[in-house]
Amino acid sequence: MSELDLKSYRFRAEREDDWRALEGLLERIQNSGVNALKPDELVALPQLYRTAVSSLSTARAVSLDRNLITYLETLCTRGYLFMYGPRVSFWERFGSFFRRDWPDAVRSMVGATILSSAIMFGFALIVMMLVLSDSEWFYPFAAFLDERTPEASQETLRATLYTEDEDIAGMLSVFASQLFTHNTMVALLCFALGFMVGIPTAILLAYNGCILGAYVGLYVSKGLGFEIIGWLMIHGVTELFAIILAAAAGLVIGKTLAFPGEKRRVDAMADAGKRAGNVGMGVVVMLFLAALLEGFGRQLINDDLTRYMVAGVSLLGWLSYFYLRPGAKR
Amino acid sequence: MARAKAEKARPQGYQTNAHDARMWREVTTPEGAVIRLRLADAGERAGALFIDAGIMLVTLIVGGMIIAFGVPDGYFGEWAEIGQILFNLFFFMLRAFYFTIFEMGRRAATPGKRIMKLRVVAREGRQLTANAVFARNVMRELEVFLPFTFLLTGMGGDTLNGMMTLLVLVWLGVFVFMPVFNRDKLRGGDLVAGTWVIRNPKPELAKDVTSTSANADDDAFVFSQEQLQTYGEHELQVLEDVLRSGTGEVKAAVASRIRARIGWEAAPLERDGPFLEAFYKQLRKTLETRMLFGNRKKDKYDTGESS
Repeated sequence: MSELDLKSYRFRAEREDDWRALEGLLERIQNSGVNALKPDELVALPQLYRTAVSSLSTARAVSLDRNLITYLETLCTRGYLFMYGPRVSFWERFGSFFRRDWPDAVRSMVGATILSSAIMFGFALIVMMLVLSDSEWFYPFAAFLDERTPEASQETLRATLYTEDEDIAGMLSVFASQLFTHNTMVALLCFALGFMVGIPTAILLAYNGCILGAYVGLYVSKGLGFEIIGWLMIHGVTELFAIILAAAAGLVIGKTLAFPGEKRRVDAMADAGKRAGNVGMGVVVMLFLAALLEGFGRQLINDDLTRYMVAGVSLLGWLSYFYLRPGAKR
Repeated sequence: MARAKAEKARPQGYQTNAHDARMWREVTTPEGAVIRLRLADAGERAGALFIDAGIMLVTLIVGGMIIAFGVPDGYFGEWAEIGQILFNLFFFMLRAFYFTIFEMGRRAATPGKRIMKLRVVAREGRQLTANAVFARNVMRELEVFLPFTFLLTGMGGDTLNGMMTLLVLVWLGVFVFMPVFNRDKLRGGDLVAGTWVIRNPKPELAKDVTSTSANADDDAFVFSQEQLQTYGEHELQVLEDVLRSGTGEVKAAVASRIRARIGWEAAPLERDGPFLEAFYKQLRKTLETRMLFGNRKKDKYDTGESS
C-alpha cells in the first residue's frame, strides 16, 4: 500500500503550497500592514483565501486528519477576519466620521437630546427661580469654597467674570483643569452611566443643571444677568451641548437595555452602542474646543458683546452642522 | 452577511470537555464555510489587563520623570503649576487613549492582549468599527477607573466612609466579575459595543502523521476489514494525538490495548511506533472511504443502527 493511496493525503499535498502562501501573506499583513504587499500579491490574496475556504469545506468532507482541519480552520478564520474586517484606513475613517457618521449619529437621537436638555435646563430654571426668590437656596446646590456667594458684593462678583492679567500659565491651567477634570468626567459619566438604565445619567444632568441655575440665579440677583450669560455661553454653548449629547447617548444606551424592541437585546445594544460611540467620540472633540474657548477665549475676550457673538456663532455652527443636512438620508 | 450560530457551537470531537465546548462560537462566512472562534477566558483577559496596567504605570512614571527634568524646577518652585498640568494632561491622554488607539490598530489588540494572544472582534464576526472600540473603552472609565479613583482619593474631596467604601466595592465587583457570569464572557464595554475578545488564531500545520511512516511497514502490518471496523473517528483522533505527542510509555500502553481489542498477535520484536502508525493509516483509509459514501462511524460504540 503506497503513501498516496490515502486520498486525504493527496488532497493535502496538492493544496498545501497555496495554504502556506496565504499564511505567509496574512502574517506579513499583520506585521507590517497591507501596504507591504506587492500588487500581484494583493491580487492573489482573495484568490488564496477562497481556495483555503473551499479546502476547509472539502477537508471536512474527506479528511479525518484533525490537525489538518484545525489548521485550515484557524487559517480561514484569520483570513476571514482580515477580508471582512475594517478595511478603511485611519484617515478615511477620520474623514467619514466628521462628514457623515457623527452628525448622522447625533441626528438619530434627537428625542434623547431634547429630553436631556429639558432635564438640564429645567432644573437650572427651577433652581434659578428659587435662588432669585431667596438667596439662601444658593447653598444647598453650590456649596463651593470660593468668593462667589450671595454675601459677596456686586463688584466682587463682577470681577470674577473678567480677567485683567493674562498670563499663559493661568490660561493653560484653566484649559487643562476644565477639560481634564470636570467636563470630560461629567460627559464620560453621563455616557457610561446610561448603562444603568439611564437613571444616574438623568440625576447627574439634573445635578449639573442645579449648579448652573444656582450660579446664574446668584448673578442675576445682583444685576449681572447679561454679563453672566455672556461669560457662561462663550464656551458654554459648546460645552453644555457636548454634555447634553453625551447624556443623550447614555440615555439611548439605557433605553435600549431596558426596552430592546424587536431585536435581541445584545444586538439592539450593539447597535445603540455604536451610535452612542460615534456621538461620544464627537463629544470629546467638542469638549476640547470648549476647553480652548474657556481657557483662552474667555480670558482674552473681556467684552460682553464679543462673547455673545462667539456664543451665537458657535450655536449656529453646531446646529447647522448636526441638523441642517440637505439631501441627507434620514 | 455572516450569520452566526452562537447557541449551537457543537463539540466536534476536538474539544476536550464541556467547558471548552462552550467557549467556541461558530460563524458562517459569506462563502458558506463555518469557522469557529475561541472566546478568551476570564484568566487570559485578566492577565492582559494586568500587563496593560503595568505598561501604563511604567509609561506614567517615565513620562512623569521626563516632565520633571524637562520643565525648569520640575514640580516645585515657580513652574510647579505647569509641571503638574503637563503631568495631568499626560495622565489623561494615557488613560483615555491607550486602549482605544491600540485596539483601533491592525492587530485589534493592546500590547497586553497581544502577549496573551488575544484580539478584539465585532460580535459574530462582523466588522469591528472605530466607534465600537471607542464605546467599549469608554465603559472602562465606569467599570474600573472611576471606582478605583473613589477608593484611592475619596469622593468630592471627602474620603469614603465604611458604607460608601462597601458600595464602591460592590460596584467594582459587579463589573469586574461580569465576564465570568455570562455566556459570551462580555464585560460591560463589550455589551455596549457589541464586541468579543477572542484568541487570535495562529495556524500551525504539522506533518501528516502518515507521511512519516515508511512504506515498507505497510506490508508488515496487514489488518483485516473486521479489525479495522472496530474503532470509529473519535478513536482515530485520539490515536492521532498519541502519535503526535505521546511518550513511549503512552504509545506502548495504547498499542497493547489495541492489540488486545482487535486480537492482533504481535510478531516477535514488533515495535509499538510502526504498529500504531500502520494501524492509524489503515484505519483512517477505511473510515475516510466510509465517509465518502456518507457512512460515518462516530466512535467505537457507533454500530450505524441508531441515529
